[in-house]
Amino acid sequence: MTRFEHKDLLGMGQLTADEITYILDTAESFKEISTREIKKVPTLRGKTVINFFYEPSTRTKTSFEMAAKRLSADTTGLSAAGSSIVKGETLIDTARNLQAMNPDIIVLRHSSSGAPALLAREVKAGVINAGDGINEHPTQALLDLMTIREKMGRIRGLRVVIVGDIAHSRVARSNIIGLTKMGAEVTVSGPPTMMPPGIEAMGVQVVHDPREAVRDKDVVMVLRIQLERQKAVLFPTLREYSTYFGLDRGMIDRAAPGVLVMHPGPMNRGVEIASDVADGPASVILEQVTNGVAVRMAVLYLLIGGSKRDGMD
Amino acid sequence: MTVWIKDGEVVDPRRGVRNDDLTVEKGRVAGILPRGAFRRSGEGVRVIDASGKLVLPGLVDMHVHLREPGEEYKETVSSGCRAAVAGGVTAVACMPNTVPPNDCRAVTEFILKQAAGAGTARVYPIACITAGQQGKTLTEFGDLAAAGAVGVSDDGLPVADSEVMRRALEYGRFHGLTVISHCEDRSLSEGGVMHEGVVSTRIGLPGIPAACEEIMVCRDISLARLTGCPVHVAHVSTAGAVALIRRAKEEGVPVTCETAPHYFTLDHEAVAGYDTRTKVNPPLRTPEDVAAIRQGLADGTIDAIATDHAPHSPLEKELEFDRAAFGMIGLDTFLPLVLQLVRDGVLDLPEAVRKCTLNPSVLLGIEGGGLEEGSRADLTLVDPEMEYRLREEDLVSKSKNSPFIGMTLKGRAVLTMVGGRIVWERDGTHPDSR
Repeated sequence: MTRFEHKDLLGMGQLTADEITYILDTAESFKEISTREIKKVPTLRGKTVINFFYEPSTRTKTSFEMAAKRLSADTTGLSAAGSSIVKGETLIDTARNLQAMNPDIIVLRHSSSGAPALLAREVKAGVINAGDGINEHPTQALLDLMTIREKMGRIRGLRVVIVGDIAHSRVARSNIIGLTKMGAEVTVSGPPTMMPPGIEAMGVQVVHDPREAVRDKDVVMVLRIQLERQKAVLFPTLREYSTYFGLDRGMIDRAAPGVLVMHPGPMNRGVEIASDVADGPASVILEQVTNGVAVRMAVLYLLIGGSKRDGMD
Repeated sequence: MTVWIKDGEVVDPRRGVRNDDLTVEKGRVAGILPRGAFRRSGEGVRVIDASGKLVLPGLVDMHVHLREPGEEYKETVSSGCRAAVAGGVTAVACMPNTVPPNDCRAVTEFILKQAAGAGTARVYPIACITAGQQGKTLTEFGDLAAAGAVGVSDDGLPVADSEVMRRALEYGRFHGLTVISHCEDRSLSEGGVMHEGVVSTRIGLPGIPAACEEIMVCRDISLARLTGCPVHVAHVSTAGAVALIRRAKEEGVPVTCETAPHYFTLDHEAVAGYDTRTKVNPPLRTPEDVAAIRQGLADGTIDAIATDHAPHSPLEKELEFDRAAFGMIGLDTFLPLVLQLVRDGVLDLPEAVRKCTLNPSVLLGIEGGGLEEGSRADLTLVDPEMEYRLREEDLVSKSKNSPFIGMTLKGRAVLTMVGGRIVWERDGTHPDSR
C-alpha cells in the first residue's frame, strides 16, 4: 500500500483494510509533531482547509483545526448559524460558493446523512466527513482504531463491544465498519429501542444486556446518550437508563483483563458511564482525543496528495 | 371522417389480443374487424399503419399529482396531461393536495376548466375527504361530485381519526365517490425517509417500517367490514399489506387496491447512493416486498396499477436526502414498466392492460377502459419492441425527478388518441411530440 487515491473521505465504507492501515501508519508518524516544542511542520503550507460545521461541535472542530494548523494549512471556520444557510441558501449553492474560492479541503459536519456525498459531488475540493446525521463519522473510527492498535498492539482478533444507542450513532456505524474490516469481533449492546433492524447484516453480534455483552471483551466502547432524544420514547428516564445500560465498575470487572474503555465524548458522567470508570485505569478516553489530531493530520495530508510525494517531514 | 387503424394487434381486457383492424368514427370505435375486412379508402378515410404495434385502450392512471393550482412550477394540468398522452395515458385522476387543496367546488371546477383548455388527456379530480386535508370535518361530497369529482382522498395526510374515516366511507358511497386511502400511521413514520430495514441501517437514514402502512390497511379493512362500504387502498408497497387485503377480499370485505410501477420494479437498495429521486412515500421496500407485490398482481389481490406521478422541481430534490420531498414522476415510464411485467411472466398482456385501463375505470366509476364497438376512442399505439435508454430530455413532464433516468426501457407509445382525436404522435408530426 503506497498510494491513497481518494478525493474524499466520506465514510469507512469506502476504505479497504490496507488503506485503513496506511492511514493509521501515517497518523502514527505525525503524532510526534504534537509533542514538539514547535508544533508545526510546513507540509501543507499554502493549502486551504474550510471547516464547515453545520451542526454544533467543539471537539471535532477544534481537532480538525489543530490538525490543519500543525501542518501549516490555512483554515477558515464556517458554522450554520453564521452562514447563508440561515438566510435560506441550499447546501449545493453554499458548496458552489465555497468551491469558487478554491479551497483544497472542505471538512463537513452535517445533521443529514449523506450530505457529504452531496457536497463531494458538487465541489472539486476534497471533502472530509466530520459526522453526517446518523450515518458515519470516519475520523472518529480511525482515531479509535489508532488508539486500540497503539494500546493492544493489534486489532485483528480483538473482541470489542459497543454499548448504547446503536441506531442513532454515526460513531457506532463507522466503528462497526472499520473494526470488522480490520478483523475484530464486534458485539453491539443496548436497549432494543436503540438497536436498528438488520444490524447483524453488518457483521456484528447483538447482546442487549451490557452486563452480558461486556463479558471477556478486550475493548468496551461507550456511546453518548443524546439527552435531547429522550422525547423520542427510546427509554423512560435517565435514571433507568443508567441502572440497566450505564457502564460501571462491576461491569468492567467482567471484561477481559487489561480491557480498554473508550468514549467518543462528550460524556454524560453518571448516565452512560460512571465517573470512576471514565477516570479509571482502563480508560483511554483522553488518548483518543490526542490521537484524533494525529489521525486528522494524516487524513488531510493523504487527501491533499501526500501519497504522491516521496517522503514527508 | 373515419380513422382506419390497420394491421395492429388490438388488445382488450375482455376480448384478449386479436389481429384486428379498428375503425374510429365520431369519437368512438365504429368497428373491430378481421384484417382485410375493411376496404374503404380515399376521401374521408385516414389510414394509420399499426403493423408491429399494439393497439391498447388508453391507460387510465388513477393516481397522479398535477400540482395545479398552486405549484405550477412543478407541473400544470396542461403539462401533466401532455406527459400522460405521451406515455399512452388517456385519463388521469388527480390528487387533491394542491395549493389550495381541492376541497371545494371552485377548485374542482378550476381543474376541469384547465383540463378542457389543455384538450389532451381526460382529467378526473379526486377531492379531499376533509376540509383542508385537516382530518376534522368532511368536505361537501355532494357538491364536489356534482362539480365533477369522482373520488375523495386526503392523500399524503391520511385521515387519522377513525370516526371521520368511517363516516367518509358511509357518506362517500351515498354520493358515488370512491374513497381512496393513503395508508400511513404517521406517528410511526415521523422522521423516516426510507424503508426501515438492512439498507437504512447500513447507510444511516431514519426508517419507515412496513408496519406503518399495514396498521392503516388493517384499520381501513375493519371500517369497510363494519360499514359494508368500499375502500380503495392507494399505492400498496408491502408484503404484509398485500396479505391483509388478500384475506379481506376472501372474506368478502369491499376493499380494493392499487400499486405503483416503482414498487414492483425497484427495492430499497436503489436508495443506497442517497439519490433523492428514489425518495418516495411509501418508500421503496425490500426485494421480498417486491416479490409479494408481483404475486399480488398475478393472483388478482392488486386490482390496479397507478403511477403516483409526483412532480418535484430541483428546489425540492437537489437537497440533503432527509430534506428532500417525497415523490417521483411516473407517467413517462408507466407503459414500459408495465410491459416489463408481461415480459417477466407476471401477467399476460390482457391482464396487465386490464389493471391499467378497465379496472381503474370501474373503481372510479368512469367510462372507458376497453376497445369494443361503441367504446370511446381513447387508445394508444405502442411499439412493444422499441428499446431506449431513458434520458432526462425524453421526459415530457415538467419535472424530471425520475429514478429511471439512465435505465434501459422497452416499449413506448407512438400515437395516442382521445375521443377519436390524435393528441400525440411520436414521429414528430405533432407539435407536442418534440
